[in-house]
Amino acid sequence: MSTEVVCELISADCLVDRVRALKQAGWRLVQISATRLPEAVELTYSFDRDRRLANLRLLALSGGPGIPSISGVYWCALMYENEIHDLFGVVIEGMAVDFKGNFYKTAIKHPFASVKPPAAVKPAAAKAAPPSPVPVTA
Amino acid sequence: MARTIIPFGPQHPVLPEPVHLDLVVEDEKVVEARPSIGFIHRGLEKLVEKKDYQEFTYIAERICGICSFIHGQTYCQAVETIMNLPVPPRAHYLRTIWGEFSRLHSHLLWLGLMADALGFESLFMHSWRVRERVLKIIEATTGGRVIFGTCKVGGVRRDIGPEAAADILKELDGIESDMREITRVFLKDRSVKDRMCGVGVLTKEEAYELGCVGPTLRASGVSQDMRQLGYAAFHELRFEPVTRTDGDSYARCAVRCGELFQSVDLIRQAFARLPGGDIAVKVTGNPNGEHIARTEQPRGEVVYHLKANGTKNLQRFRVRTPTFANLPALLKVLQGCELADVPVLVLTIDPCISCTER
Repeated sequence: MSTEVVCELISADCLVDRVRALKQAGWRLVQISATRLPEAVELTYSFDRDRRLANLRLLALSGGPGIPSISGVYWCALMYENEIHDLFGVVIEGMAVDFKGNFYKTAIKHPFASVKPPAAVKPAAAKAAPPSPVPVTA
Repeated sequence: MARTIIPFGPQHPVLPEPVHLDLVVEDEKVVEARPSIGFIHRGLEKLVEKKDYQEFTYIAERICGICSFIHGQTYCQAVETIMNLPVPPRAHYLRTIWGEFSRLHSHLLWLGLMADALGFESLFMHSWRVRERVLKIIEATTGGRVIFGTCKVGGVRRDIGPEAAADILKELDGIESDMREITRVFLKDRSVKDRMCGVGVLTKEEAYELGCVGPTLRASGVSQDMRQLGYAAFHELRFEPVTRTDGDSYARCAVRCGELFQSVDLIRQAFARLPGGDIAVKVTGNPNGEHIARTEQPRGEVVYHLKANGTKNLQRFRVRTPTFANLPALLKVLQGCELADVPVLVLTIDPCISCTER
């Protein structure tokens, strides 16, 4: 498996402190990305300093407690956090500006919250018996 | 003083695309701006579940109607890195050339829109007249004016022959001359300067902390350009990021003007060094891995996060567009501005809502 994404796995409890330490060290918030896994949403926080990338990764369990907001450290994070809330349904606590689900006006609530549904299986149509080469006679 | 909320957008004469701002004003001064996006959210990221990873290049290109080529290029770069594909050097150079033409037409489009917002209609028309010359080169070399369709996983679909290259370089001389004329007006004309100088100042610290990218960041004195990462052919070309230190609307305009000539120089360098050989490699198998690719769009750094699990469909495709990163800065500069300056300030971050609503 080829991967160039080096991530530091962290828990939600120490997220804000770790992010604050990165900011104090001069890192810029690049993005927060979310990936839907079967039983959780994987969050990747990316930071840049001198064109080097550092990533923090944590899992937000479905139905679990909310994730603390980092918008108190990086105000601009409110954009990413509202997006993740609206698309994935992840509860993020303490956002600097909470759009309360109205950041994106989507027809489906939390459209990215579910993994790819299994392909709809159509019931096989009853196969007609091939015509007999020989006329059936009574 | 009583506060009034003035809705701005999603349809507004100065806005090419729908974004809505609730402007809280006291008299003529904006004290707060509350954004509202999502009017045209397309959910393109979700389409990876239905389109295979090669087919998805077409979707990536259609994220934006202006910087389409670099979207396709960034997507292909991410897949190629995961699959460890040896992309031919000629393909890297051709991508660089088309990417810089993309930047030229995007910045000229922006200059026209800015002139229009300032009420300088003749300058708007001249900007788009020059842009048309760039679009004709793009059409001649790719077959498309906006969606190039030349990038694919493993290389590019089309080549540029020596005769066409000579014609392009000749045409580029004329385009450069035209651009000198129009940028002189943008940078010297008193009425243009009156509308932009000292308006919407973003300090270096604010721009960095708010996560700004592209000309918005560089106009505040931060010398950061993702082309410095050396992707495509940039590791073999000479260039320095165009920066300004004033951080106002004029500085953001000046950075884009400077980048026009930088792109012309990069295209000339790329043609001078264009290597021979194949333009693509055969691609077999499916990607399995994860990569975060970053490139420099006309509006700034774009981030592609791809996760693949060995099947023909990617597990996750996520794009962070430059406009998405620049929106917090827009909210900052709108605080305390005059109501009449709002259209100019919105335009100075060069908002692309189509990208943002991918």
